[in-house]
Amino acid sequence: MYNEKDINEQIAWAKINEDVLRSMENPRKAYWLAVLICILMLACAAFAEYIQYTTGMGPANLNNPHMWDMYIATFVFWIGMSHSGTLLSAILHIIHADWRKPIYRFAEAMTTFSLMTAGLFPIIHLGRVWNMYWVLPYVSDRGHWPNFRSPLVWDAFAISTYLSASMLFLFIGMIPDLAICRDNARGWRKKLYTVLSLGWTGHDKQWRNFRKVYLLMACFLIPLAVSVHSIVSADFAMSIMPGWHVTTFPPYFVAGALYSGCAAIITLFVLLRYFFRFEEYMTTPIMEKTCKLTFAIAMVWTYLNLVEFSSVWYGHDIYNKELLIAKATGPYAWVFWTMIFCGSVAPFALAVQKLRRHMPTMFVVSLLLNLGMFFERWMIVAPTLSMSHSPHQWDIMWGSIVEWAIVFGSFGWFGLLFLVFVKIFPSVSMYEVKEMVFHRRRHLVNEDAAAKFHRRKDDAKSASGEPGLEGA
Amino acid sequence: MSLENLLGNWSQYRKGHEEGGFHDYEHQWGMAIDLDICIGCNACSTACYAENNLAVVGKERFEKGQAMHWLRLERYWDQNELDHPEQGASFLPMMCQQCDAATCEPVCPVAATYHTPDGLNAQVYNRCIGSRYCSNNCPYRNRYFNFYSYYEDSWPEPLNMQLNPDLTVRDKGVMEKCTFCVQRIRVAKDKARMENRPVADGEAMTACAQACPTNAIVFGDYKDENSQVAKLWKKYQVKRRLTKQKKDNPELRGYRIFEELNVDPSVMYLERVREDV
Repeated sequence: MYNEKDINEQIAWAKINEDVLRSMENPRKAYWLAVLICILMLACAAFAEYIQYTTGMGPANLNNPHMWDMYIATFVFWIGMSHSGTLLSAILHIIHADWRKPIYRFAEAMTTFSLMTAGLFPIIHLGRVWNMYWVLPYVSDRGHWPNFRSPLVWDAFAISTYLSASMLFLFIGMIPDLAICRDNARGWRKKLYTVLSLGWTGHDKQWRNFRKVYLLMACFLIPLAVSVHSIVSADFAMSIMPGWHVTTFPPYFVAGALYSGCAAIITLFVLLRYFFRFEEYMTTPIMEKTCKLTFAIAMVWTYLNLVEFSSVWYGHDIYNKELLIAKATGPYAWVFWTMIFCGSVAPFALAVQKLRRHMPTMFVVSLLLNLGMFFERWMIVAPTLSMSHSPHQWDIMWGSIVEWAIVFGSFGWFGLLFLVFVKIFPSVSMYEVKEMVFHRRRHLVNEDAAAKFHRRKDDAKSASGEPGLEGA
Repeated sequence: MSLENLLGNWSQYRKGHEEGGFHDYEHQWGMAIDLDICIGCNACSTACYAENNLAVVGKERFEKGQAMHWLRLERYWDQNELDHPEQGASFLPMMCQQCDAATCEPVCPVAATYHTPDGLNAQVYNRCIGSRYCSNNCPYRNRYFNFYSYYEDSWPEPLNMQLNPDLTVRDKGVMEKCTFCVQRIRVAKDKARMENRPVADGEAMTACAQACPTNAIVFGDYKDENSQVAKLWKKYQVKRRLTKQKKDNPELRGYRIFEELNVDPSVMYLERVREDV
């Protein structure tokens, strides 16, 4: 039906440089508006955290059965978001899907920043924040160690490893581009890029080393990404609580993570395309491919949900079964059914070609998908606590304004980091887009040559009376 | 953490919980609570507040579920009770069950909760950072978190004079729970050691057991065969380390709450018997 290319092969290399560098200078006005909104959101959270820090966890409305609530749900949500960058840049890099090239840089930045957001939540939710470093195995004169059996300690290791590895990956992948920036910048930017580009000259040897390191980091990052969310799922799966003690949690969490990450990529795709006028790089066919990928992951997630529900249903474990029924019919029912709608029904919009080519629709749909994923995390954390083993402690609880302000502000924090990043660093990988253009152009040239060659051969064959290829 | 400690006798750790586990207990404090003679008077809970410096949080926070009652009196109106309302609700004094395979212990990131050689499940307030995972993983929901700083609100002068000097007042951000009045156990053990004799039965007594007007709560050392607690457990044929009790006589009233979860609680309850049911 639609037969465009992922990217126009005839774009000149100089134009790529120019377009990307321009994006770092004069974005649309909407960009500054977005920055302002993010700062305001962050201010709300900072104020709420100040209240919480000085008075304790009470203002967040946490209570005896609900020791965890939205903070942990949001933590899982942000960790999930971080998986898309690795998927796009590492997994798709290894399987040579080159359509990823114009969009992987911002996806990777998203990974890093959502991890930085996620990492805040286990800290914010601590009763005694000022002692948070006690979960790290530092050398203490009293011989104290953290409890290595606790999934929360595994979390601390997994997240810090993943964060440092993904930051390094983002930085390494950016070095050739930083050199381009260095060559075109003035003032403080020049100084910054000079330091960060590590003396990149584009020498052949540098490129060889660069390729090796990049591939190595990609290979290192993939198992990390899988392990980090499996470990986050262990926070729940290692407990004995109904609804948490689930064997399928690690794959379920990883699928959910890739899902919400891909949805977020679609959101940011639409935004960046608009803010920085990247229509030529972030093209509709690339959007379509991202949508197809997201749809496939959405179906995996739906399948794993069904597996979980049916195993609870037929398992006849009284606590689990009652909890599942309560989720679907109790006070949380609206959250539960919104999650099912947004997570399993809304993605079908991605399967319709007309819809997925329409950017505003995709923007709304991707937000819906992530709403569903946010609710999914909520539905994992809260109902189990509301209705665990002891019926005397059954209770329902809705978060207070303090709790919601911190959750809300985390989006501002993430947004601010991201917006600052795309202004200072090239959000489209220049050298990889050039590569993509180059390969495709060469492919075209080769195809042309092959076609010419075959035509000549066919001519010769028909002249000699033999049947051509088409006839065979 | 010395090297010998690390390379030491590993085989003792290879014993499963059902085979006795790896603990070599000095004492094993336990309880037996007879629900048939519990009248639901809340004296145990009140005594606990007085003994353990529990904060009184006020009506509003109580309704929010932020109360600090280490020993709570659960009230149930099951079908039985609804059929015979004149007999009243059934009561269940619920405190930390001091599980032998406590689910709260392995999940604490800083090892603030651990198992003592007395078979108790201890909480180190100073070490706690308030991740609250222990409470989430407690099937009884018997761990209480300091959501606020209560010192000034709960004990305005001169009420602070009533605080028990044998234990601390906990500040905000710390988890706490029933300790089986560990400070009293400590006193009894110290006294016995000074006099060079074993701790006698009844010497260590929790505040709730002491305050109970009907003697529904019996506390003692389960390891001491002659203690009242051990005798009661034996009489009702309730054994530790089992997920399902095998009794000769199914009429025997003893049971442990959530023992099917393999947490091995240290408290045995005796069912309430209805007159005409």
